[in-house]
Amino acid sequence: MSFLGFGILSWATFLPIIGMVLVLLLPKENKSAIRWSAAFFTALQVILAGIIYINFNRGMSGINTQEGFQFVEKATWIDIKSVAWFGRIHIDYFMGIDGLSVLMVILTAIISFIAVFASWGIVKSIKGYFALLLLLDTGMMGVFVSLDFFLFYVFWEIMLLPMYFLIGVWGGPRREYAAIKFFLYTLFGSVLILLAMLALYFSVSVIDPATGEKFHTFNMLAMMNPNNFDPGSILSGLNTSWRYLAFIGLFIGFAIKVPIFPFHTWLPDAHVEAPTAISVILAGVLLKMGTYGLLRVSFPMFPDATLYYQIPLAILGFINIVYGALVAMAQTDFKKLIAYSSISHMGVVVLGMAALNTQGLTGAVFQMFNHGTITAMLFLIVGVIYDRAHTRGLNDFGGLMNQMPKYSGVMVIAFFAALGLPGLSGFISEAFSFLGAFQSFKAITIASTLGIVLTAAYMLWTLQRVFLGTLPDKWKSLPDINGRELFTLVPLAIIVIFLGIYPSPAIDLMTSAVNTLVNVVNQNGGMTLP
Amino acid sequence: MSPELLVKFSLIVLLLPLISFVTLIFLGKRLSRQGDWLGTSVLFICLAISFFIMYQKLTVFDEPISLSFKWVDFGNVPLLGFLQMYLGLVIDNLSAIMMVVVCIVSALVHLFSIGYMKGDVRYTRYFAYLGLFTFSMLVIVLTNNFFTMYVGWELVGISSYLLIGHWYEKKSASDAAIKAFVVNRIGDIGMFTGILILYYTFRTFGFNEIFSAIQSGHIPMGSESWLTAAGILIFCGAIGKSAQFPLHVWLPDAMEGPTPVSALIHAATMVAAGVYLVARTFPMMTASALIVIAYVGAITAFISATIAIAQNDIKKVLAYSTISQLGYMVMGLGVGAYTAGFFHLTTHAMFKAGLFLGSGSVIYAMHKALHHQGDHHTDAQDIRNMGGLGKKMPITFFAFLMYTLAISGVPFTSGFLSKDEVLAGTLAFGGLTGHYLIPIVGFLVAGLTAFYMFRLVIITFLGDPVDANRIEHIHESPKTMTIPLIIFAVLSFFVFFSFNPFGASSGWFYHAIERPISVVPETVRATEIEKFEEALHHSHIPAMALSLIVAGIGILLAFVTYKWKKINADTLAEKYSGLYKFLLNKWYFDELYSAVIVGGTLAVTRILRWFDNNIIDGIVNGTAGWTKGIVFGYTDHSKEQKASATALLIIGGIVSVVAAIFVGQWFYGQHALISAIVMGLLTAGLTFFFFWAGAGGFDQRVVDGLVNGMAYFSGFFGILLRKTQTGRVQSYIIFVILGVMVLFYVFR
Repeated sequence: MSFLGFGILSWATFLPIIGMVLVLLLPKENKSAIRWSAAFFTALQVILAGIIYINFNRGMSGINTQEGFQFVEKATWIDIKSVAWFGRIHIDYFMGIDGLSVLMVILTAIISFIAVFASWGIVKSIKGYFALLLLLDTGMMGVFVSLDFFLFYVFWEIMLLPMYFLIGVWGGPRREYAAIKFFLYTLFGSVLILLAMLALYFSVSVIDPATGEKFHTFNMLAMMNPNNFDPGSILSGLNTSWRYLAFIGLFIGFAIKVPIFPFHTWLPDAHVEAPTAISVILAGVLLKMGTYGLLRVSFPMFPDATLYYQIPLAILGFINIVYGALVAMAQTDFKKLIAYSSISHMGVVVLGMAALNTQGLTGAVFQMFNHGTITAMLFLIVGVIYDRAHTRGLNDFGGLMNQMPKYSGVMVIAFFAALGLPGLSGFISEAFSFLGAFQSFKAITIASTLGIVLTAAYMLWTLQRVFLGTLPDKWKSLPDINGRELFTLVPLAIIVIFLGIYPSPAIDLMTSAVNTLVNVVNQNGGMTLP
Repeated sequence: MSPELLVKFSLIVLLLPLISFVTLIFLGKRLSRQGDWLGTSVLFICLAISFFIMYQKLTVFDEPISLSFKWVDFGNVPLLGFLQMYLGLVIDNLSAIMMVVVCIVSALVHLFSIGYMKGDVRYTRYFAYLGLFTFSMLVIVLTNNFFTMYVGWELVGISSYLLIGHWYEKKSASDAAIKAFVVNRIGDIGMFTGILILYYTFRTFGFNEIFSAIQSGHIPMGSESWLTAAGILIFCGAIGKSAQFPLHVWLPDAMEGPTPVSALIHAATMVAAGVYLVARTFPMMTASALIVIAYVGAITAFISATIAIAQNDIKKVLAYSTISQLGYMVMGLGVGAYTAGFFHLTTHAMFKAGLFLGSGSVIYAMHKALHHQGDHHTDAQDIRNMGGLGKKMPITFFAFLMYTLAISGVPFTSGFLSKDEVLAGTLAFGGLTGHYLIPIVGFLVAGLTAFYMFRLVIITFLGDPVDANRIEHIHESPKTMTIPLIIFAVLSFFVFFSFNPFGASSGWFYHAIERPISVVPETVRATEIEKFEEALHHSHIPAMALSLIVAGIGILLAFVTYKWKKINADTLAEKYSGLYKFLLNKWYFDELYSAVIVGGTLAVTRILRWFDNNIIDGIVNGTAGWTKGIVFGYTDHSKEQKASATALLIIGGIVSVVAAIFVGQWFYGQHALISAIVMGLLTAGLTFFFFWAGAGGFDQRVVDGLVNGMAYFSGFFGILLRKTQTGRVQSYIIFVILGVMVLFYVFR
């Protein structure tokens, strides 16, 4: 599937760059042209995501064989022969998606599109803002479609810079602090990923079919095949200290993004300071890059270490769930509360992943998508009220239900979805994660169910403090949600309700990839399934 | 009529209320009369269809009819093969009868609400939520698997939350709503864990599949204790929803909701869902699990009956009475009197819904009278403000009296039939197993129930009016309210359940509902049905005699105390003030929980917040400060120091760039010079940001200072800063694009 010689994934990834160029060429006075062109290009991206969804072959396995991937684009990007020390440097422009990434691609497209409309109210240098937003979009999309580790890393870093500026320039009062904290934290993680990537690069070699020459490669799929590891190289063998070390390096790099306790403290600060749309992207897409990285890179490339660290991983998931919920309960800032709830909900993903079985992984991947939509809604909801009242203190409000009925209606859906109400999508992914996790760890899973009660408690308590009770006089003139804001929330609400009732359209996409991943990890990990 | 068609009819019953909910939420205010007719008529249609289904099921079809569909496909799962999740519904006698019970109560409550809720601020939303509730409840009733059971379980929870908090302007109402939901969720995680165990073992949620697997000897972890644990954990869901000890505290608070809601949800249907759950899962309960269930029911029945004696709020008395009767049902199921337990659920649903609607009618009249008097302080629900209402509201009074007779177990009522059977069951159980405490509690509670219910009737309807002026303004409620009362009163007669007023076992109900055969391994099975039936046969007459005696004593004592005033209740309360206060304050459960559980949790959350802000983030910021200390050798920041830091950064940056270029050239050769420059810039940038970090986390002022210092750099690195203007963004972007283009060119 290609157009003008480029595949659909390239288009989906680089369309925003075209949009960015256009935005930069437009005169800065023409604000509405800037906004609409950003909207246009992200809308095109949504259409492409729709085309991908329709044409996606549900039976193809993905994970570790190129034949299993779809919409594959592969071309030599960098090929330099006989470089001192390095030998031949060969980097592919290698893109493709499978069941793990297709939902993320769709999510990225939807969230970016909605973020553009959530950014309508930006006044400060909107040209720069939308240019950066579009660049960020490219970075995110690229991460999810790359199958070459180098390419993956490039996108991973590309995403970092616009995010830094979007928080640091358009953020709240403590934006520099939050931005630099975000940046350093992620950069620290990136360095570890970089080290692990280089270690993998120097350990893995493949044979050039044309010349018969052996050379190192950044091809992720090659890195998943234990036979490609050079004997005697740093990461060869199974269950070696170097492999554990590399796994931990990658894990910390990805864990910071998720974020997994104790690497999470950048998140509340970043969320509190970031403008609404950026919070939406941050929670909606960026956090998933961490768990996606674990699934795409860590698990299949280090199956032995994955099994070795399975229990610690599950314990971290448990800590995220319960700790995140408890700290959320103590917050008085609406946005900070949602940020901590995000940590709690991402813990479910970690727990489900750690289970390493079909239900757990299905739950985890589905939860990544659902958390993306639900938390995006929650941050949009905070944004709506902050735009009007210029405060986010939970105790400053009350009785908004009567003052802003439409707003409250949407809010109720988002809140109930967040607390895992059946009939809304969050419940299904949480239930599957727990179902899977219980098969691997009984005690940890039972302990984690405490999160179900705590989430209900803090969500309903928040709802009560902001929306129920009597309206303080100062808010008597707050206008209800407007059409544009409703436009950002309603599509997400529809997705949340639809997938809550009938999740198969999403789950069918991922089943073969998930089952393959379970097989790859358990077989290559040198252990037989229980 | 084919079975497939019948089950499709039940699908209609299930979905109609949901359609009503959706319609009312979106269009309700635009409909005439705000759409109350829609919700109500939908429910009457449901009632008609469900009655038809029940009749068909009981007369024509012997076997359960189920309908399943594939919901989720997990594909070819490693080691397990193809795995799918099926959901579906089942029509058996249990669900058919329960469906009719739900529809009757719901339809009549809808009708009653038209009068009671007239002029309410959120009239249409109220009817919408009633529809949502009915749908959710029917999900529980009709499901054939644990998964949808749990779904319905949570959905009734949320509808209950919405309806308790209907008047959410009142803090007490929204508090009660939260309390109800969260306390229920505590029970739910038990149930959820039980479901996890079952799914882990059987890879299915279906009741039948699980039961037949257990029957073939496949039990969780191969251990009978796990099977018992699974049973008790599932029962935890019932503890929450049916307000059993120790999670009963939410139900009295739930009376903050509109009274018809209390009748529908918190008396007749939702709270009975727990009992229904136990009935559904009865075959997999081991003897030990059943004993736990029986004792939980007995303890609940006793505690709440004692509390009910001392309450003065008409709805609170009824609430505790409900808890007590639910305890009765649970106890009945626990001792193995399966049919009796479920029978009591059915009869209780009718007269308890009636009692609540009756109290609603009273409260409605009181409100009107108080409003007329301009009195906004007197509590319209306090029975001490009533008295003598019987003459002014004859229909309400006689209906209420009928329900009271039924709940007290007076002959010729439905309550007599069912209560007697439960008590006979406990007596038989005591004889067979030696657990005599359970029948003792059973009879004691029967006496207490008769006492406090007649206390309520006497104080409210008989006696002298408290305020002569007020009584003048008390009027009988409108027809939409009295018709449901009459219907419920009629349904409280024995004749609808058995033509023999002294023997339920000859009625249709006892033929329709039979205790299912236990599927658990024989060693852990409760007393066999035959043995139990025989014991039951012998205990039937003594139980009936005893229950008549205790009910008689209870009623007599109530008349002696409150009607003829031979015993002064106030003096008694003063004499035993400790006990009285203990009962009045509901055994101090709320105080205990709010101090220990709520207080404890909140304390933990605060400690963790502190830990997060000061320890974890402290380490992060400390590391940053420490790095900076090493690099710059100072921690105090004056302007000069910042300047020198900036200078150091510039020098460090340039040095690293130059070094990177040289190193790059050395390694890559001339060809890759430009790439080395790019990489060098990257290295320098990284170093630079690490230095920046040194100050970054330290405190805001330092960050700002450095950021401002950084402004000098912006030309060099093309970095955009706080005070940057639009142009800089562009130059940054252009810089990045140029970099990418250079990379592409070089490596092409």
